[in-house]
Amino acid sequence: MDYELECKDVTYTYPLAQKPAIKELNLKIEKGKLYGVIGENGSGKTTLCSILRGFAPSFYKGDLTGEILVQGKALASYKDQISRKIGYVFQNPFTQISGIKNTVFEEVAYGLENFGIDVEEIEKKVINIMQLTDIMELAEKSPFELSGGQMQRVALASVIVLEPEILIIDEPTSQLDPQSTESVFKIIKKLKEEKKTIILVEHKVDLLAEYSDEMIVLHDSKIIKQGESREVLSDLSLREYGIRLPEVTLLSEKLREAGLDIDQLPITKNQILDLIEKKRKGE
Amino acid sequence: MKDLILKDASFSYPGDFLAVDNINIKIKGGENIAIIGQNGAGKTTTVKMMNGLLKPTKGDVLIGNLNTKDYTTAQISRYVGYVFQNPDDQIFHSTVESEIAFGPKMMKLTEAEVKKRVDNALKLTNLTKEREENPYNLPLSIRKFVTIAAVIAMDTEILIFDEPTAGQDEVGNERLSNILKTLHLQNKTVITISHDMEFVVNNFENIIVMAKKKVVKSGTPKEIFWDFETLEKANLKQPIVSDICRSLKLNNSVVHMDDAVNQIIKEINNS
Repeated sequence: MDYELECKDVTYTYPLAQKPAIKELNLKIEKGKLYGVIGENGSGKTTLCSILRGFAPSFYKGDLTGEILVQGKALASYKDQISRKIGYVFQNPFTQISGIKNTVFEEVAYGLENFGIDVEEIEKKVINIMQLTDIMELAEKSPFELSGGQMQRVALASVIVLEPEILIIDEPTSQLDPQSTESVFKIIKKLKEEKKTIILVEHKVDLLAEYSDEMIVLHDSKIIKQGESREVLSDLSLREYGIRLPEVTLLSEKLREAGLDIDQLPITKNQILDLIEKKRKGE
Repeated sequence: MKDLILKDASFSYPGDFLAVDNINIKIKGGENIAIIGQNGAGKTTTVKMMNGLLKPTKGDVLIGNLNTKDYTTAQISRYVGYVFQNPDDQIFHSTVESEIAFGPKMMKLTEAEVKKRVDNALKLTNLTKEREENPYNLPLSIRKFVTIAAVIAMDTEILIFDEPTAGQDEVGNERLSNILKTLHLQNKTVITISHDMEFVVNNFENIIVMAKKKVVKSGTPKEIFWDFETLEKANLKQPIVSDICRSLKLNNSVVHMDDAVNQIIKEINNS
């Protein structure tokens, strides 16, 4: 079986760095799944994303050993075509904005223009994505007049519009208000339903608990745990690595300490409500 | 200690784009307060008026009895420190140490005083280890602490943090929490914009909520996070433990986890 993305024994060191930013990475990413990536700051999350997209080493240079396969073929063999295959939303939206377009509408259209697509087709796609990401009202604004949160949504839209099969999204909601954050997660869910493969770096573990299929946990440049979300996010030992666990997990742990008999800790709101309902009924 | 007052303050960007519409805020000297609300509500514009980076186009901003309109931004920066939302807007030195020392040096302090302030700021922000590093070799979340340290070294009475929780991990949030506590003990006024509702509930006694260019409510976490009309207006959500208690139809004032645990256990025992 070909995986959407596969890493075999990948180690990567930035130029002039004393030690690798990612060590002995082995990873298999399946089509249509949403993978949440967590880990303390500096653990290698963004570097992992850069490796999976090929920015490291092609842009950042440095040394990479091991193998990275995209749908069974070496990542490097895709050359420029990789940008059609894998979309990348940067952590800092200021990095994503091209700086050469006068309006948000033009900014979102920029990637499609580079692909040489028909103007009418571009307009149709851009309007569709701007509605989906709720930025239509910003269409005529300069990308540099936006608040951090607005810019973050524009950056996301400018990547989704390219319709890549795989999306790597690095902290897309860090500057968004709670309801806008939830709506970004709903967009990501919709992309997943369209069979997109998504790798999402996020600190908001409660939302990852609700939406992710699997979790990848990094610590000190290595994957220390990977697996189905409930199994990973109910593992209290992860706190020793500075990992934030969902509020639901922490609440459940405190309920257990207060005397409730709980086997596997819930990680989502529905799971804890079910549990409490059962306890109310004396089950 | 100087109170900070915004009196009927509005701000329009060039081109008549109204960003803040006639707001009234009074923050007492020594208060530790959070500003929350939807994206584009005018939070950053409001705090930029507080430190004189922007002067209100209508109304007044007073720091004690100083009207910001009568002073330059450089003069106001002696009283109000501001940590930008994007650290890269603020950093321009090649080492963490020189970045932090820049402000105190500009104040023409003695070398010994500059060193003392840099050491204190590094210690408080846990950056002593990164002292010689180039800030741009550090992750974005740590760069944010570099900018916080740079503002702490200015030793202003009032400090403003614009979204310091963005992109922070558990350790970063704890570090921030400790910084806030220490500054509070030093009687500093600290104003923090944040989208992290759990962080807000656990670190602030008073909250200002902004939506659509206006202040829509001020109050304690309990007053804010059980007022659904305000939450809806400002694109906010309840903290998760409050939301769970609401779904369970429990006491309508829970905002902290320990209260939630007590309520849930009581409910189960009574049923």
